[in-house]
Amino acid sequence: MFVINIVKSLKNRLPSKNKMAVRRYTRSKFGDFLNAALLVAAGLFTMLPLIYAVCTSFKPLDELLIFPPRFFVRRPTLGNYMILPDLMSSLKVPLSRYIFNSLFISIVSTFFYIIVATMAAFVLSKAKFKGRNVLFWIVQFALMFNAYTLGIPRYLIFSKMQIIDTYWVSILPHMASTLGVFLAKQYIEGYIPNALLEAAKIDGASHYRVFWSIVMPVIKPAWLTLMLFAFRDIWAEVPNGTIFSEQLKTLPQIVTQITSGGTARAGSSMAVTVIMMIPPILVFLISQSNVIEAMSSAGIKE
Amino acid sequence: MFKAKQSKLQGRKRIAPEGSFREQLPMFVMISPFVIFFVIFTIIPILSSIFFSFTSYDMISSPKLVFFENYRRLITNDPTFMVTVKNTFIFAVVSGPLGFLLAFVLAWLVNEFTPKVRAVLSFMFYAPSLVGNAYFIWQVAFSGDSYGYINSLLLSIGIITEPIVWLKNATYLMPIIIVVQLWQSMGVSFLANISGLQNVSRDMYEAGAIDGIRNRWQELRYITLPAMSNMLLFSAVMQIQSSFSVSAIAITLAGYPSKSNAVDTIVSLMQDMATVRYELGYASAIAVVLFIMMVTTRLLVGRILSTVEK
Repeated sequence: MFVINIVKSLKNRLPSKNKMAVRRYTRSKFGDFLNAALLVAAGLFTMLPLIYAVCTSFKPLDELLIFPPRFFVRRPTLGNYMILPDLMSSLKVPLSRYIFNSLFISIVSTFFYIIVATMAAFVLSKAKFKGRNVLFWIVQFALMFNAYTLGIPRYLIFSKMQIIDTYWVSILPHMASTLGVFLAKQYIEGYIPNALLEAAKIDGASHYRVFWSIVMPVIKPAWLTLMLFAFRDIWAEVPNGTIFSEQLKTLPQIVTQITSGGTARAGSSMAVTVIMMIPPILVFLISQSNVIEAMSSAGIKE
Repeated sequence: MFKAKQSKLQGRKRIAPEGSFREQLPMFVMISPFVIFFVIFTIIPILSSIFFSFTSYDMISSPKLVFFENYRRLITNDPTFMVTVKNTFIFAVVSGPLGFLLAFVLAWLVNEFTPKVRAVLSFMFYAPSLVGNAYFIWQVAFSGDSYGYINSLLLSIGIITEPIVWLKNATYLMPIIIVVQLWQSMGVSFLANISGLQNVSRDMYEAGAIDGIRNRWQELRYITLPAMSNMLLFSAVMQIQSSFSVSAIAITLAGYPSKSNAVDTIVSLMQDMATVRYELGYASAIAVVLFIMMVTTRLLVGRILSTVEK
């Protein structure tokens, strides 16, 4: 198809790596140096808690209780990690079941979150029917309503739908992401010229085809970013009185059982925190390597 | 083959002209999943919350209609509310614009580097939001005895002679919470800006350089900012949302109520009303007032951004 070929040829024309490596001549050396120094300083500041968590997870008990507290670990030990299986042995259901539940809910929800939000965003920015602007304002305003008081009405709706204590209650609410729709809509409007869509239409592409083969590849950086946000939030989510069966519980729920053990368990609770951070970090790495690749398709212009 | 395809196309076009319902049908199909879930899980709860704001509702007996009583009490008879409004406005005015600028400047600077370096730097700035509620580390850092990291540092340098009780001192609380809030909330806008910058066409930069753009400031002013206007609006809205909704950080670090109510916010008050005092009607009224404040700010910011653009 003609337009797909344009996208492909743009990809070929802009081999990202070479282009990125070439120095832009609007840049001074001094500015580059200042820039790097500033960023590393700011970055270290924001990284502190992460470093602290990792350090603490390797501290032996006496270092955990020491006063004044030390930031870094002196004699690292794996002890905090080694006792985790013991702490887990009292679980009613095998640990693998909780891991499965967490992964299943996070992956399925994140996938549909992205599809539902990007489809809606595409329609909101490119469709030609009345009322889409009104709908977009409603979405934006809904983003401003503090979610705290919505808990009770939502709970009533869950029970009316009879989805309490099922997987659905952990998955369906994520299909209504106003943040996702808003981000994707801004992105599509900013970076997909109407001319591109018109060309596709002349070529005979249906709206579905346009969405899937043109819009989705171009807005890849946007939905990869959404993937990060969605996965991180859903992974860490603790259901609020909507899940009772042990078979349906997720990792964050049993983590609270382990971490509520006072100072003596501070090390293990940090170890659990570190382990819980691994999947979101993996998602971050996947998305970053893809963002770099997606870069090469950037630069579609009117 | 090409001709056949074209005549087929024309045939279809006659039946479904652009903009007609039939031609737009796929668009309705694509937006319907979102609209359905949005109405069920967001709009209906919001409307019921607005309804609750006109009632007295303790979550045990059924809500009793009291009309504007909650609002009257809020405005004329609740000194705590007025303090929280003041605090929330300080957060919004200071940490809102600051977070907005920081998220853009950092993303812009990070974007200068090669993809690999950029991934590492992005990770560093994304890390705080990854650790979830990691702001407890600040509790250790600002601990009031001489063992707190900040106190022991200042003591050893000799700036102070006795430990400062940071989190129980109304003068220090506000700046501390603002810094921690900025540190925690920047991730979303930062990554959105990064993703936006990646789609600013390289050709545009090259064309700009040929047209006489000589340094990074001119390039920022004439190419990057105009191309980023959509993402900037997004991050402005996110900053409004997060800076008006400060509460978890303040409650964790300073407690509720904090020393002389120094960092009690509207959302903290609302949570207290809903979970400690079971006054859901009153809490809903607070939510509605906060909503009105945020929407007004959003409209104002939209106005400002569009004049700046021109």
